[in-house]
Amino acid sequence: MKVLYTWGAILLIVLASTTGDILMSHVMKQVGDVHSAARQCGFLTVLRRILGNPLFFVGIVALAVAFYALLFGLSWNDVSLIGPAAAALTFVTNAIAAKIFLHERVDRRRWIAALLIAGGVVLLAV
Amino acid sequence: MTLRKYLVLVSVTICAAVGETLLARGMKQIGNISLRHLPSVIFAVTNPWVALGILFLLGFFVTYNTALSWADLTYVLPATSLSYVLLAFIARFMLHEQISATRWIGILLISSGVGFVTQGPALTAGPEGANVDAAPETVGTGNKS
Repeated sequence: MKVLYTWGAILLIVLASTTGDILMSHVMKQVGDVHSAARQCGFLTVLRRILGNPLFFVGIVALAVAFYALLFGLSWNDVSLIGPAAAALTFVTNAIAAKIFLHERVDRRRWIAALLIAGGVVLLAV
Repeated sequence: MTLRKYLVLVSVTICAAVGETLLARGMKQIGNISLRHLPSVIFAVTNPWVALGILFLLGFFVTYNTALSWADLTYVLPATSLSYVLLAFIARFMLHEQISATRWIGILLISSGVGFVTQGPALTAGPEGANVDAAPETVGTGNKS
């Protein structure tokens, strides 16, 4: 039961946080560099632009699901397993999703970085 | 990349590691939550350690979204992954866990991954689909109206 709960939680964390990350990145890219945008048209305008995007709240819901899945998982197993396992998988799923949905240029450099880090995160967990 | 942007990435890294450590500590106090008592996971936020952890994760959220406003997701995520290394060091010095050879190799891999990605451009996809590598400072100021 413990194994099932643990990996169920990890799977949910990966799916929900990838969804949340992609949506957040999409929303923030539409707003643009918040620092220079705030200097140009004021902090409140930037905040309104972020909060005015419904996708921002869908992203929040996805991240909240990931957060509660993490809490649930942590109640069943060590942070040193769940944290790295979820993170390592999320690096890979995010690279794929960012390429598809955000049209980021995930070149060889970024793939190598993502895989190195995912591998490193797994080694930290052993 | 300016100093300000590096500071934002550093804040993301620190907030993530500290926040996660605090959450883990709180959840250890609370103990196992079974699916039958799922609502009790909602009340977990009243635990002081969890609450403090959430505060740090809020800081993480704000700095993370700031970074996402001027850099790719596939840049920000690897660039801030030193938080896992930080997490290992917190475990070493606060929980007095030993860092094994395997973990040192893991730390080395993560660090080289971070080095790899931060050598490259921070932004490759803009809302206009333009290649904005050369002038990251002007990103997002072009389409104001």
